[in-house]
Amino acid sequence: MGMKGILRVVPKEEYLLPGNPSCPGCPASLGLRYLLKALGGKAILVIPASCTSIIVGPYPFSSLRVPVLNIAFAAAASTAAGISEALKVKGKEGIQVVVWAGDGGTADIGLQALSGAAERNSDILYVCYDNEAYMNTGIQRSSLTPYGAWTTTTPKGKVEEKKNLPMIVAEHKVPYVATASVGYPIDLILKVRKAIKYRGFKYIHLHAPCPYGWRFPANKTVEVAKLAVKTGIWVLYEIENGKFRLTSLSSSLIDPSKRLPVNKYLKLQGRFKHLSEEDISRIQERVNTMWDELMRLVKES
Amino acid sequence: MRVITPIAKPKEGSAGLTGKWRIFKPVINYSKCNNCGLCWLYCPEAAITLDGKNVPKIVYEYCKGCGICANECPVRAIDLIKEE
Ligand SMILES: Cc1ncc(C[n+]2csc(CCOP(=O)(O)OP(=O)(O)O)c2C)c(N)n1
Ligand code: SF4
Ligand code: SF4
Ligand SMILES: [Mg+2]
Repeated sequence: MGMKGILRVVPKEEYLLPGNPSCPGCPASLGLRYLLKALGGKAILVIPASCTSIIVGPYPFSSLRVPVLNIAFAAAASTAAGISEALKVKGKEGIQVVVWAGDGGTADIGLQALSGAAERNSDILYVCYDNEAYMNTGIQRSSLTPYGAWTTTTPKGKVEEKKNLPMIVAEHKVPYVATASVGYPIDLILKVRKAIKYRGFKYIHLHAPCPYGWRFPANKTVEVAKLAVKTGIWVLYEIENGKFRLTSLSSSLIDPSKRLPVNKYLKLQGRFKHLSEEDISRIQERVNTMWDELMRLVKES
Repeated sequence: MRVITPIAKPKEGSAGLTGKWRIFKPVINYSKCNNCGLCWLYCPEAAITLDGKNVPKIVYEYCKGCGICANECPVRAIDLIKEE
């Protein structure tokens, strides 16, 4: 793509400030940096308890050049909906109210508020950064931790499957739902810009590989994120007014021979190092079946 | 009654000089760099800036030494050097 191509999409202006408390190689920092660039800083963030509550900075300092409201877990989506209504009453246009929440805060603890706001079609953008566990409290499993992954509460590997949250949100028939990855920032930024053109509920599910919690070296965050997409374990798509579309690299992976074997992704991460050959084949089969279902969606759209 | 609302203000280095966390220091070899912009794009810390000619510069006060820039550089123009 080259520098010119990148700068055509990604503004130079920074809204996430350096010297913040995030871990080296943090995917939440990457995601926030891209999100705020996409929004040109015209946003109010609502953030439930998570690693990001730390990253936004120790009082009296903030690491973000936008207003942030730290809020209790169960209240993020409803609070954001309220702020959005208040801005309308005050006649303030052009400011996007965004929930930025982790997987635990979204798929477990905040799910009813999220579902309520989606059903009411509240005018907010909800971004779930999915690092697949409760990282800030020390790597406990969530309903978005994948099958087989070690966490401190699944010492032999998780036995349940990962909840398919973006599709659950899409079933609320909201105008815009997308998946994204910190390894594909251009795709993410274009999706954020597309999402905020819609009035109503927008949802972006951002895959966010965490070096600390997934047990890989800090220099591999982007590499692991890309491998999730290249192996087809994580799929980049968007659903606009019910119309499904694969995006970026995922759109060229329908042919199974184009996808890398899942082990290329799994073997970089300590959280999967105990997996048996059978576990790995099971994960591969699940990925193949998921892509068969995606094929059906592509054909229907 | 006076109500005090705690409001935090934006500041670089909200956690101090995070460059002190570094174990390995990324150093750009400008004779190899082809100015593709990927290190700047993927730095989680926003610790790489682009100058007027879009040449990447690492801000060592804050760079945490994660090594993502070196890992993503397609021409291996960034060396990681052990800090003293
Ligand atoms: C009601 C309540 N329960 C528990 C906590 C403790 N807590 C703080 S952050 C966190 C983890 C959240 O996990 P996730 O949403 O996945 O975000 P991450 O830390 O992974 O970024 C928990 C359990 C809390 N702050 N409030
Ligand atoms: S080592 Fe990490 S923090 Fe430092 S400049 Fe490179 S990507 Fe940024
Ligand atoms: S990634 Fe490497 S080649 Fe590209 S701009 Fe940075 S140092 Fe130069
Ligand atoms: Mg999490």
